[in-house]
Amino acid sequence: MTYFTDVVTLARKDLRLELRARDTFPAMLLFVISTLVIFHFALPADADEVAAQGLLWVALVFTALLGLARVWAPERESGALEGLVLAPCDRSAIWLGKATAVFVFLGAVELVALPAFGLFFAPVDAATVAGVILASIGICAVGTLLAAMAAASRTRELVLPLLFLPLAIPLVVGGVGASVSPDPGRYLAFLALYDGIFAVLCWASFEYVVSE
Amino acid sequence: MTTAPAIEAIGLEKRYGRKRALRPLDLRVERDGFLVVTGANGSGKTTLLRLVAGLAAPTRGTLEVRAERADLGYLGHEALVYRDLTALENLDLYGRLYRVPERRERIGMLLERFGLWDARAERSSTYSRGMLQRLALCRALLHDPALLVLDEPYTALDREGAELLDRLLADLRGERTVLLSTHDPSRVEQLATARLALA
Repeated sequence: MTYFTDVVTLARKDLRLELRARDTFPAMLLFVISTLVIFHFALPADADEVAAQGLLWVALVFTALLGLARVWAPERESGALEGLVLAPCDRSAIWLGKATAVFVFLGAVELVALPAFGLFFAPVDAATVAGVILASIGICAVGTLLAAMAAASRTRELVLPLLFLPLAIPLVVGGVGASVSPDPGRYLAFLALYDGIFAVLCWASFEYVVSE
Repeated sequence: MTTAPAIEAIGLEKRYGRKRALRPLDLRVERDGFLVVTGANGSGKTTLLRLVAGLAAPTRGTLEVRAERADLGYLGHEALVYRDLTALENLDLYGRLYRVPERRERIGMLLERFGLWDARAERSSTYSRGMLQRLALCRALLHDPALLVLDEPYTALDREGAELLDRLLADLRGERTVLLSTHDPSRVEQLATARLALA
């Protein structure tokens, strides 16, 4: 139980920091809406729904990337990550707390983005919503770990997209598949499998990312 | 019966790439001892203290620190607190992670002692350098650690703050194991049970 108490403590800290600083969430929100508006005008009026579904996933992945780029900024600015590393909690709890907070931000952005997508392009069905939820779990799990790795680099703005985007390809494949396929179950199962595998890998490897 | 030393290092060395950050050294700090580490800039004081705290790994040699993470209090060059949280929120966060018993009372006592009580609800980003150092000391002492690693703790403290720290260290002497690096060894000369001058 103490492990999850630590996770809740750390996630609550991140939510409080974001609510106070308002650094990332408004930027993510503005970005996703702007992107959907641009796509709305860029896509030909007679374009089919399948193309539009692809654009939704492009918008979501790049919005997530925008948020992930700043996810460790509070720790980097004040050296607080060392304070957390020194604490006697399991170091994977630091990752899980951060990933949970990112999931909340991304989920809040998607709560706005999906109705906006429905307004501009096509109605969003249950399979798409399920795909977005599952893909968001994967994005947060993998992205939080990679952002921690990138945060240690001087070229973090370059490193994070280079690490994250290749690993996000399966999520886009699964997400688009769930959105457009007549049989979305296979794609949702694929996303769930991705989440399970990468969540365990990230959970197990975070210790090594924050250790010298 | 002799007790094992709190810290024991043999041939301890640290390099970052080809740059040597700490020359090989042997070190033994007895339990409840007070080691004062001195040396010029770049001699490896901070590196040694980071190694002891577990924030860096040795390149060569062995280092044994007989303290759990929960028993270690570390003060570095940065305050290791969140700038957008208040002093109270920062200490509450660490108090929860360290499972400090009677957390609120302990936090209140430390904030009072370090003269930060009136500024407890202000974000630490508004603090002066000296106030941040006092907050960092509160954080390092919050869980009443058995081993204290203090890297130039007098940095940025005004006269009142420095005298406060003098009294605190005097209280801790013989009760806790202390490693302290400083450029002004005369300040802690009477407290030291061992000295290490890094070249």
